[in-house]
Amino acid sequence: MPEDIKAHITGVVFQVVAHPGDAVSEGDPVIVLESMKMEIPVEAPRAGAVKEIRVQEGQTVQEGDVIAVLE
Amino acid sequence: MLQKVLVANRGEIARRIIRACRRLGVMSVAVYSEADEHAPHVGEADEAVPIGPAPARQSYLSIDTIVGVACRVGADAVHPGYGFLSENWRFAQACRDAGLTFVGPSPEAIRRMGDKTEARRLMAAAGVPVLPGSQGAVSDAAEAERVSSAVGYPVPLKAAGGGGGIGMARVDGPADLAAAFATARRRAEAAFGDPALYVERYAERARHVEVQVLGDGQGSVLHLHERECSIQRRHQKLVEESPAPGLPAATKDGLTRAAVMGAAAIGYANAGTMEFLVDSGGRFWFLEMNTRLQVEHPVTEEVTGLDLVVAQLRVAAGEPLPWRQDDVVQRGAAMECRIYAEDPARGFLPSPGTISALVLPSGEGVRVECGVTAGGVVSVHYDPLLIKLVTRGATRAEAIERMERALGACVVEGVKTTIPFLRRVMAHPDFRRGVVHTQMVEQGAFNA
Repeated sequence: MPEDIKAHITGVVFQVVAHPGDAVSEGDPVIVLESMKMEIPVEAPRAGAVKEIRVQEGQTVQEGDVIAVLE
Repeated sequence: MLQKVLVANRGEIARRIIRACRRLGVMSVAVYSEADEHAPHVGEADEAVPIGPAPARQSYLSIDTIVGVACRVGADAVHPGYGFLSENWRFAQACRDAGLTFVGPSPEAIRRMGDKTEARRLMAAAGVPVLPGSQGAVSDAAEAERVSSAVGYPVPLKAAGGGGGIGMARVDGPADLAAAFATARRRAEAAFGDPALYVERYAERARHVEVQVLGDGQGSVLHLHERECSIQRRHQKLVEESPAPGLPAATKDGLTRAAVMGAAAIGYANAGTMEFLVDSGGRFWFLEMNTRLQVEHPVTEEVTGLDLVVAQLRVAAGEPLPWRQDDVVQRGAAMECRIYAEDPARGFLPSPGTISALVLPSGEGVRVECGVTAGGVVSVHYDPLLIKLVTRGATRAEAIERMERALGACVVEGVKTTIPFLRRVMAHPDFRRGVVHTQMVEQGAFNA
């Protein structure tokens, strides 16, 4: 089952860590958001392969936005 | 006196500096990014100039833009506030090169104290106690391991290129060192453009106590007493006060002497803060120097009755300090609580958004430094500090009581804030007894 990974805060995408096809473990950072001078990773909720990354570095995302999809 | 000061900052500190300029009859110029067009500091200055897009790198951190604007509007000085470019020696140098007075210390002093290993070396040479640790930066993980074994675990790995606890990693034993070293180097490189790290002994359950200093660059350096700042999250302060409660007289005396000695040794001019760690036995060690005005300067103003920003402007204009050390008296007690747009229930995660309602407290002994308005947007691009509540009392208990009332009367809706957390701090029995240390917040002492 594909699973959406959502941003848990509003921020600007500081770094895209994982890329489509990458295998991630639970808790691995998928992207890093920058908000109010803090860098906050958005982590994989479970192990799996990254199917899609929906954001680019520099982009603003709102809390709840889908930033990536796991296979 | 200065004629026109460009305020290279935003939020509450920009308003604070504009107020001080007005008090001295000096014209003020605000700068603002696209995100801050409607921010309160813009309307309060005598002039306001847009400086670019919302991201700080393209506006408040752009040295060329800010120096260019200062020259264009005919300013003769620049006040950097805190954060942003305030501790960037290149900015101070660029101001000097453009013929502008930088309201702060010399570029040389900023550079020397900004290099944290150099600062350690200079302070040790001046007779200021420093924590046992590496001589300068450590070249690799193996050297870090040798030094760590010598001073004893746990150790903090610290970034040489910058302070404030940013990029600092605690290492509990040799097995964790290699991985922590790699991570800390990466963070230091990202934050300060310099991956160099150094090692110091870890002071367990220590307090963070700092001393405000003020030099005139004409041979006079005074201290304005101490501030206790141990209530911190992520090494960032949440509550500050003066005097530091229960500090033994000998420790206080030692701290203020060391602070003045250290600042005098580098010919320090303008306002600065010498930060120390103090252990339960009253022993203390130099941590770092902040070569700028501190966020928490109002608690010092409340107990001394002196206006630090006015003093900064006067000293920058070339005036000698108008006080002798004996004139600077600490009376009563003052406390500051920082209201951040953060959610204390979720580990102090940032909480940007639009402020839908804002009610500020007032009353006897209550001072409010506020950078936001109702309807204003709290942007993801900047520091989450919204408001500083400052209270003063004849005693610490009175300052706490006034703070409890002020926090209770303060309403900020639309974003999560640290207000509920700060109320728990004020109510905590250990805090009320003045028993504090820097790990209390992360250890969950004030959790709901």
